[in-house]
Amino acid sequence: MSAAVVQPETRRAWRDPLSVALAVVLCLPALVPLLVIAHASLSPEAEVWAHLSRYVLPEVTVNTIKLLIGVALLSGIVGTALAWLTSICEFPGRRFFDWALLLPLAIPTYVLAFVAVGFLDFAGPLQTWLRAWTGTSAWVPKIRSTGGVIVVLSLALYPYVYLLARTAFLTQGRRALEAAQTLGYGRAAATWKVALPMARPWIAAGIALVCMETLADFGAVSVFNYNTFTTAIYRAWFGMFSVSAALELAGVLLLFVIAAFAFERSSRAGARFASGRDVTRAATRLQLGPVGRWGAFAGAALVLALAFVLPLLQLLIWSAKNVSDIDSRYWGFIARSLILAGSAAVVIVLAGLALAYIERRRSSTSMRLLVRLATLGYAIPGTVLAVGIAVPLVLLNNQLQGWLRAWMGESAPVLLLQGTLLAVLIAYLARFLTVGFNPIESGLQRVTRSIDEAAASLGVVGTELIRKVHVPLLRTSLATAATLVFVDVMKEMPITLITRPPGWDTLAVRVWEMTSEGEWERAALPAVAIVLVGLIPAALLTRRGAHVA
Amino acid sequence: MWLELENVVRRFGERSAVNGLSMRLAKGSIGCLLGPSGCGKTTALRCIAGFEAVDAGVIRAHGRVLASQDFHSPPESRQIGMVFQDYALFPHLTVLDNVAFGLHRLERSKRRRRAEEILDTVGLAEHRSHYPHQLSGGQQQRVALARALAPEPQIVLLDEPFSSLDVELRERLSLEVRSVLKALDTTALLVTHDQQEAFAVADVVGVMKDGRLEQWDTPYQLYHRPETRFVADFIGQGVFIPGEVVAAGSVRTELGVVRANGNGKWQSGRPVDLLLRPDDVIHDDASTLRAEVCQRAFRGAEFLYTLKLASGVQLLSLVPSHHDHAVGEHIGIRIEPDHVVAFPRD
Repeated sequence: MSAAVVQPETRRAWRDPLSVALAVVLCLPALVPLLVIAHASLSPEAEVWAHLSRYVLPEVTVNTIKLLIGVALLSGIVGTALAWLTSICEFPGRRFFDWALLLPLAIPTYVLAFVAVGFLDFAGPLQTWLRAWTGTSAWVPKIRSTGGVIVVLSLALYPYVYLLARTAFLTQGRRALEAAQTLGYGRAAATWKVALPMARPWIAAGIALVCMETLADFGAVSVFNYNTFTTAIYRAWFGMFSVSAALELAGVLLLFVIAAFAFERSSRAGARFASGRDVTRAATRLQLGPVGRWGAFAGAALVLALAFVLPLLQLLIWSAKNVSDIDSRYWGFIARSLILAGSAAVVIVLAGLALAYIERRRSSTSMRLLVRLATLGYAIPGTVLAVGIAVPLVLLNNQLQGWLRAWMGESAPVLLLQGTLLAVLIAYLARFLTVGFNPIESGLQRVTRSIDEAAASLGVVGTELIRKVHVPLLRTSLATAATLVFVDVMKEMPITLITRPPGWDTLAVRVWEMTSEGEWERAALPAVAIVLVGLIPAALLTRRGAHVA
Repeated sequence: MWLELENVVRRFGERSAVNGLSMRLAKGSIGCLLGPSGCGKTTALRCIAGFEAVDAGVIRAHGRVLASQDFHSPPESRQIGMVFQDYALFPHLTVLDNVAFGLHRLERSKRRRRAEEILDTVGLAEHRSHYPHQLSGGQQQRVALARALAPEPQIVLLDEPFSSLDVELRERLSLEVRSVLKALDTTALLVTHDQQEAFAVADVVGVMKDGRLEQWDTPYQLYHRPETRFVADFIGQGVFIPGEVVAAGSVRTELGVVRANGNGKWQSGRPVDLLLRPDDVIHDDASTLRAEVCQRAFRGAEFLYTLKLASGVQLLSLVPSHHDHAVGEHIGIRIEPDHVVAFPRD
């Protein structure tokens, strides 16, 4: 890395075999599952495919499409409306809601899902109370329904839309609105004709992210017994023990993901061009009338209550009831969660750092393509990655075992690569490399070439340059990257569930076990720990959001 | 009068950004508010556009009151177009749609025709389906102008319209903008801190200071007949030399008595400062009046010499560039002002 200084740009990337090799290796965790699944999809087993297309695919496809449309619409409307209110208008509590509305990011979808189901189900506190006081609870709509999943996922995922739409409204400035006014549009018409269309690329990108999260969701839909691709893959894997069925399903799911991904990419491209040149802050906020002011307050308060405050309260109440569950097993869940999240953070930050340096040294088209490939994994649902990594690992394992047998005979040790932490970490690396890479890359972008050159002109080069200049400059980025990865791994459910070695139950796995038995109250205790850890990145985001504001 | 401001005041807290501004602009003419930053010119423009309320005074335009202390017509109903400093083009619309944006009262086919017509006027017809980010700065500026002009507003306001362009483009575009405005017989008011720009575009220029007008006049008058010391200082170059009024239109200085066809508004005996522009100080080898060259700036066609008199007073002189004198040399000069401009000495 000492050669990071003054490299002629024209040097061909391929003359630096070590960087290229490293970049290629870092691509493998994301690329291999895709290839395995593509291969399986292109050569389907007729019998399996017939079964799937008859009994499984119709239901999960319709379910998935219903879910996508519902969640995209609801989270899009809620996220955009709230962003518009907090960034353009003035209403009581606006400054508080501005950051507080990001807090639901701390609650994983599956936690919100089991709290909602546990609270609203027939046996839950609400209906029990209704029956005790009014004699009937028959009029309460069934929570375990398509509508129920849509509402819960939208409440959990709207912050993605909110965050991006808010950035759009805050940075588009007031000049465009004023220009519309000089052209004869009133304030309301100008908002509709100018502010919203200008924010459209951001809103669309937010909705695309929500769609990708919805497609990837495994925990929440399991709680609702709502069959989608992810639950079908899980069942094919563990229930039917059919690897090829799981791979076929993963292939179809990937088609949906690719569509959402393409939508997200093209929206971002639009956002790049549509960003206004002026970043004038809106000095005068839209003053709403008394109905509008309190309506805005009520709306924001309702969303925050439903998506964060009430679920958290319910979790705490249930946890308090089940304090006796805190025993050596519980500490074991926590310890294994921490070990997995910690080692994933270390591995991924190192990989992200390597990738960022490679990209910086060799900024060629092919190298950028490799970086793109390596960071593709965040778009791939965890179930798909898990299956796509487990299958080739089994193959590799059997191959190695065969060689060992041939070489050592009967005394050869029994290998079990697929059942080790290695498999889990590779899958995490594939899924979360982007999460670690992005902050490091943007941090490294601030270390311009002229900084390197200035250091070189003062006689500081090589490892000394990295130690004295780069590390101090990158410290915050590295910490951010590690934190984000850590928290994401803590929350992660399907990869851990599918690839974990026997006995490696984490907090998320414990939540899954309890919820699949309908033990909502006992799932609360492990969930609280996850939510508390999840508050860290939400706090990071709100702090960064405060800078934008 | 087409646009009329009467003692307009706009306060921000304790500070008055506009403080008793009065001006009148005739139909079809181009006015300009010129002044250093913070003089209140942009606020004045935003009051006329309707983005700022008026704390006192009246703004009238094309025969109706737009704003007064207790009345504020919203910007969208004022029929006043505006070209913003950063253009504020709508990034999500093509050039043609940007220009057609203000034509929502026309029917669709007329809207398009009108937008194309005005794009043709500013010479951007072939860029109609491009997006703003695909255009150069100068092209974006012309789109902004076309967009403001398309609805045929009663008045067009231009807020520092050339400030984000480089110098060469600025000169060319300011002439182009003037010819477009004149061709459409538009009444326009421009705001700038650059006097070259003001002189190139406007018929009438008002020099602003501390929220009010110092002088509202033609560029020629501002240069040759500044009414206040601030205007004399702000417009063009020149130096003040001490003197004393001896008779109407005559001032005695150490360079002798300067006579010109000025008015005699000062009583004799009064101590004054006399303004000498670089073109009032003429190089003349035959003259007995000598001055030492302190600095010289070559400007191609001429030299701008900074000269020092025996008394230490400095003068500026514009001299054709074939008179090449070195620093330290003594050269002959003659004082020949067209107008005597003098201000009482404090």
